[in-house]
Amino acid sequence: MAMAASEIEDLIRAGIPDARVEITDLAGDGDHYAARVVAPMFKGMPRVRQHQAVYAALGGRMGGVLHALQLTTEAPAEE
Amino acid sequence: MTDDVQNRIQGLVDANPVLLFMKGSPLFPQCGFSSRAIAILNHLGVEFESVDVLQDQGVRQGIKAFSDWPTIPQLYVKGEFVGGSDIMMEMYESGELAQLLADKGVAAQG
Repeated sequence: MAMAASEIEDLIRAGIPDARVEITDLAGDGDHYAARVVAPMFKGMPRVRQHQAVYAALGGRMGGVLHALQLTTEAPAEE
Repeated sequence: MTDDVQNRIQGLVDANPVLLFMKGSPLFPQCGFSSRAIAILNHLGVEFESVDVLQDQGVRQGIKAFSDWPTIPQLYVKGEFVGGSDIMMEMYESGELAQLLADKGVAAQG
């Protein structure tokens, strides 16, 4: 069961306010995505926790309906 | 989720300094993400043990709760959850993973 890129983006934005989200459909099959998430809340957070925050926003879909999401997270660069 | 499975996973994590929960074996990874994790560990020349979650449905589901992490592979170093293959790749490329292994006293061979 595939997910639309816009759906993934909306879920992440809803779960992580102020997040900048870029989704790339890697295989063009609606099933293999890369997501880059830049959010102020990631500042000073270990990478594992950053990824967990995104997975939490996806509400259990990761590893289930969303099989393959290549994830990159970071805090925004200082202004 | 039984405590029995959680205890078994804790035992595995405690007993192995570098432990990869994966799909398949190091010689025959059954998924691209597991394959990538193995390639990283091999490049680092570190000794590690692996658990094939496809051979154990209890561990396959239990490890997700144990780590609060929804996907396989999962890397543990000295009892600490490091992350999945994306984190391993980022940390490998930045040199953080080699540093972490050195800090934890896990010797790389050459």
